[in-house]
Parts: sequence; structure tokens; C-alpha cells
Amino acid sequence: MAETLNPKEKLLNTANELRWEVGENFHDTLLESIYKNAADITALTVNHDNKGRKYNFDSVVDKVVTSRLLGFPIMFLLLALVFWLTIAGANYPSRFLSFILIDNIHPFLKDLLFFLNSPWWLTGLILDGAYLASAWVVSVMLPPMAIFFPVFTLLEDYGYLPRVAFNMDSLFRKAGAHGKQALTMTMGFGCNAAGVVAARIIDSPRERLIAIITNNFSLCNGRWPTQILIATIFIGGAVSPHLAGFVTAAAVVFVAVLGILFSLIVSWTLSKTALKGEASAFSLELPPYRPPRILQTLYTSLIDRTLIVLWRAVVFALPSGIVIWLVANLTVGGYSIAAYMINWLDPLAFIIGLNGVILLAYIIAIPANEIVIPTILMLTVLVTGNDSAGAGAGVLFEIDSASQTGNLLISSGWTLLTGMNLMLFSLLHNPCSTTIYTIYKETKSLLWTFVSSVLPILIGFVICFLVTLIYRAL
Amino acid sequence: MPDNNNCINCPAYNSGNLVKLGINMTDFDYVVALAGNPNTGKSTVFNNLTGLRQHTGNWPGKTVARAEGAFAYNEKKFKIVDLPGTYSLLSTSTDEEIARDFILFGQPDVTVVVIDATRIERNLNMVLQVLEITDKAVLCLNLVDEAKRHNITIDDRALSRELGIPVVPSAARQRVGMPELLNFIFQVAAGEYICKPRRISSDSKSFNTAVDKLVSEIEKEFPGLPNARWVALRLLEGDQKIIDSIKNGELVNLVKNNYYTS
Repeated sequence: MAETLNPKEKLLNTANELRWEVGENFHDTLLESIYKNAADITALTVNHDNKGRKYNFDSVVDKVVTSRLLGFPIMFLLLALVFWLTIAGANYPSRFLSFILIDNIHPFLKDLLFFLNSPWWLTGLILDGAYLASAWVVSVMLPPMAIFFPVFTLLEDYGYLPRVAFNMDSLFRKAGAHGKQALTMTMGFGCNAAGVVAARIIDSPRERLIAIITNNFSLCNGRWPTQILIATIFIGGAVSPHLAGFVTAAAVVFVAVLGILFSLIVSWTLSKTALKGEASAFSLELPPYRPPRILQTLYTSLIDRTLIVLWRAVVFALPSGIVIWLVANLTVGGYSIAAYMINWLDPLAFIIGLNGVILLAYIIAIPANEIVIPTILMLTVLVTGNDSAGAGAGVLFEIDSASQTGNLLISSGWTLLTGMNLMLFSLLHNPCSTTIYTIYKETKSLLWTFVSSVLPILIGFVICFLVTLIYRAL
Repeated sequence: MPDNNNCINCPAYNSGNLVKLGINMTDFDYVVALAGNPNTGKSTVFNNLTGLRQHTGNWPGKTVARAEGAFAYNEKKFKIVDLPGTYSLLSTSTDEEIARDFILFGQPDVTVVVIDATRIERNLNMVLQVLEITDKAVLCLNLVDEAKRHNITIDDRALSRELGIPVVPSAARQRVGMPELLNFIFQVAAGEYICKPRRISSDSKSFNTAVDKLVSEIEKEFPGLPNARWVALRLLEGDQKIIDSIKNGELVNLVKNNYYTS
């Protein structure tokens, strides 16, 4: 028999026999040997003089920021501080950009095209559609991002994020998920597609899948501006001015924390039902605090994050602006296509305390969460005929501050309920198309991609419906 | 190491003429792999050499895929691959598989292992595993500035002697040590520096006999295989991927490639 085996199979057989001889603890023996070798080499080559007091600085800070008592409050406070800086700082530059791009350049270009005898539909398509949508994205999104990302990146570079993961770890294990999910979740606060890819650090396929499905509950870059703007108008606007900044920041933190809560609940449910199993153990290294190189961080976070996110938003805003202008101006039987769709969506939207405009905006904005707000504003002007601030159907208008945006929305029938539900719906809806594609690439499963996409939006409908019931009953 | 700054700023110091090529990776002469624990500065080293701006961050799990770039040095072109940061090469998570498979099957001409000088012992676990897979490696002993602040002194020559590979103390964030690193990358790739990597030794007799026996079997079947010991270790652990690579002949290609390059 042995003669008929080819050499390769013989080799594998020998390996198998030897495996039996060495026994089950081969892996442990190997690891022990590695550790012992590493310890020997270290003993020969490294001399650690423990007198230094700086070495203890890290562990002192760690004791505080990861303590049972103070860990979470410090986390919430830091997040709130970041948002407060963003909200307080973004208003003036926003106004300035809008003054330049929309009040001055837009009329100038319009005159220019008129002078060149451009037909009305071409002017509309290019200037009132594509240009205004992009200009709006830039003036509304650039300032908050230019503050939020550098500040957040400074925290990240200093080494705070692993501490957040450390704090969250036990919660995730109790939910039957992998502790490293705390890291992928934090990654999702930047971009869900990146968070989904980061789930590769998780060993077991079951826990990895849970991490991927629940990543969408982390508010991503594209959704922070929506949260901040709507909170400023409806939540901050509902309290006295000197409290507004603080309350607004608290509201955004609340929604972000709610996302973490949903992440945990859904993880728990999945690990008790479709993805049963025990959480596996792992070790999380807390990296040393490193003084961030401030100038370099400012530079790279502006280039890597702010401009890339902004560019993505503009790239998607250009065609969307055209689409919005078209659905607003192409009419069938006297009504525009947009009006038909909004009327059709309105009954469903009413039940969950939103309106047809918002739902239509979320359909148009599937490619990028970043353009939800501009789309809502364009459609609002169109459907309400509220052109006090603008120039007619499907045309973006000059809005140079949050309060003017607020006036427009409120005069179109928006209430505190609409604002709250929009914030909730922005947290709980399908991932953007990039993330959906990434989930498919990582899981190679249509079923799980479908679950990851539909589950959040179902939860969103239910939550908004409940909030609406309670709000209307009060 | 502020006392070196004048040297570093002098053009003659960089006379090897590093040319950062970014993502222009055509017609390279050598392949360099960057491996190491998370959060040791691999991506910073990568960026220093290629001039790219791969995002860096102070936390594990930042890089989970391969990033590739290129540079030229001493008139040779190098393609450099930034592998995911991992604590070991023994588990089944995707990031570790990407790193392990590249070092084993990608056959890099040099593997640079970046380690954190303030956490040498833990980082050496990974170095020892890499040295089981490949003969050609350079150790980049990074973050020596932090080690110094923490009163840790490292005898880098003794470390080099123990590991059998070049050791370069560096502070990649300040670009300290990059010229020396480049020099050793070049020497190892070009075969001017012959590494004598340390192999993991064990106190367990049955372990050693089993490994030795299997290694000689493997060397009989695949003469010239550069990492017979690693293959033996993996077979004794029952690694399905290695078993498959023996069955489908991928391991044979590896030997052939090795003959061609050397």
C-alpha cells in the first residue's frame, strides 16, 4: 500500500502520524517556546531603568479614563466637547462661504449664461441643479468637517480610541459579540465601509458577521452634519439661547449613544438567534499615549478626511442636483414627477412622523448620506412653493445660516417631532451604497448583505412610529 | 537623538539617493514586505519610503489590507507592501492570513519587521515567527525616542547577534534611522548581507524530534524550500491551507521561484 502512495501523500501521512505522537498540546508547546525565546533575548539585550517617573504617566491616565466610575462620563464629555466646538465654530465660516458661492458667484454665472443666450433649461440644469447642489454641500459641510475631523483625529492620534474600545469591551461580550467589535464600531464613526472592512481583525466568522451587520449603527461622517444641523435648529431652537449650544451637543451625543445601544441590542439578539454562540476571548493592547503632532494631524485630517469626504459629497451632489432639478421640472399632467412621488410617500411618512420629502430625499441620496440635507431643502422649496428664499421650482436658494434653514423648514410644516424623527431616521436607515457593496465583498453573501441593509431601516420605521405615537398622545 | 540632526540634514548623508516613487510600481527589482505588531509605526515607515500618505493612527486594527508602493534606491527599484499589523502569524483571522500568506507565498526579497522599542519582548514573538518563514529580514527597532524617554536602553548589536539579522534603531515619525534602514534593505535584497536567522528552540524533546523528522522529510520532497521548518510547524498544527498547498503544488512553485531568484 505504501508503495502506491505518491510522495506528497506520504509526507502528509508522516505529518499526521507525528501530530498524534506530539499530542494535542503542540500549539501550546510552540507558543511557550516562542515566549521563552523572546524572554531570553530580551533579558540579554534590554535594560529597563524603572526610576523614571514618566513611564507611569500612561498608567495613571489609563486608570482614570478606563475606570468603572469615570470611564463612560469622561467619554460622553469628550464627545460632547468635540461637538460643541464643531457647532459653535462652524456657523460663521458657513455664512461666509454661502455668501461667496451662492449670493455672489451664482447670480454672476447666471448673468453670464443669460448673456451667452443659453436656453432656460440648460441654465437651470447646470446652475440651479448641479452648481447650487454642490455649492450648498460645500458651504454647509466644509466648516463643520474642517473642525470636527481634526479634533477627532487628534483624539485618535493621542490614543484615546482604544480606551473607548476597552470601556465598551465588557458590554459587547455580554451581548455575545467579540470585544474587538468595540474597535470596528469606533472605526464606523468615521466611515461604515471602513468599519466593515476593519471587521477582518475578528477571528470567528460568527462574531465577524455580527460586527459587520451592526456597524451601520455607528453614525458615519456623512451623517454627523445632518445630526448637527437638525439638532441646532429643532433641539437647540427649543431652549433658551444661552443653553442652546450645550443642549444641541447633548442631543447629538444622545443619538450617537443610542446608536451604540442599538448595536448592542442587535448584537445580543443575533447571538441568541440566527448567529448563536459564545463570545471568544482576546487581548486588547492599550497603546501608549503619543503626543500628537498637531500640525501634521491638521494637515492630514484636512487632506485625508475633510477633502475626501467633501469631494465624495460634491461628486454625488452634482448628478443628484441634476436629478432633483429634473424631477422638479419635468411635469406629467400639470404636476412634477417629484410632486407625484412625494404625495405617494406622504401617507407612510405621516405615520412615522416624517414627510414625503424626507423619504424621497433618502431614496435619491442612497449613494451618499452627505447630500440628504441639501436634497431635502431643494425638494421642500419645490413642494411647498416656498420660494421666499429662492428662485422657484427645484432651485437651491440662499441660506446663510442655520436659523434661515430653520425658518424655511418650519414654514413648510416641520415640527419638533419632524426634527427628532429625522435625527433618529438618519441613525436608523439603510447603509449607503458604498457600504452595502463593501458588506457584500466582505461577506460574499447576498442574504447577509440584504439583512444588513434592511434591518436598520425596519428598526428605523418602528422607532419613529413609536416616538410619533407618544409625541402625538402627549 | 537630537545630536544626530546635523548629519540627517546634510545631503551627503542621504547619498544612497532615495527616490520616492509613490504608486509607480512598474519594473521593480525587489519586493519588500513590511510586517510587525499593530501600532508600531509600519505605516509611517511605509510613508517615509514611498512618499505616500497611507493613513496612520495610534491604535491596533488601522491597517487590515495590503497597501503597496514603490521607491528607488541605489539605482534599484523596490516594491514595498505594507502588511496588516498582527500580534502573531498563527491564528485564522483574515488580517493574519493576509500577512502570513504574503511572506510565505509572495516571496518578498526582504521582510522588514517593525517593532516597538518600548515593548520588545511582546514584539519579538512576531519577529521569531517571521524568521521561521523567511531568511531575509531586517529588524526596524522603531520608537527608540520613546524608549529613551522611558529609560529603556537596548543593545541593538546584541539584538542583531541574537536574531541573526540587521537591526536598525529608528524613530520613523522624525525620520531618524531611515537611511540606515534603506541601506540594510538594499544589502539583504542584493545578497550582500547574509542573514542567519534564529530559529525557535524548544525544551520539549518530543517537539524537537517531531519537527526535525518532518523537516528532513520535507527537504527530501522539496529540496531548496527556504522555509521547511515553518511548513513543518504548520503541518504539525494541521493548517489546512499548507496541506492544500502541498496537494495542489503551490509549494512546489514556491521552490521554483526561489531557484530563479537566487
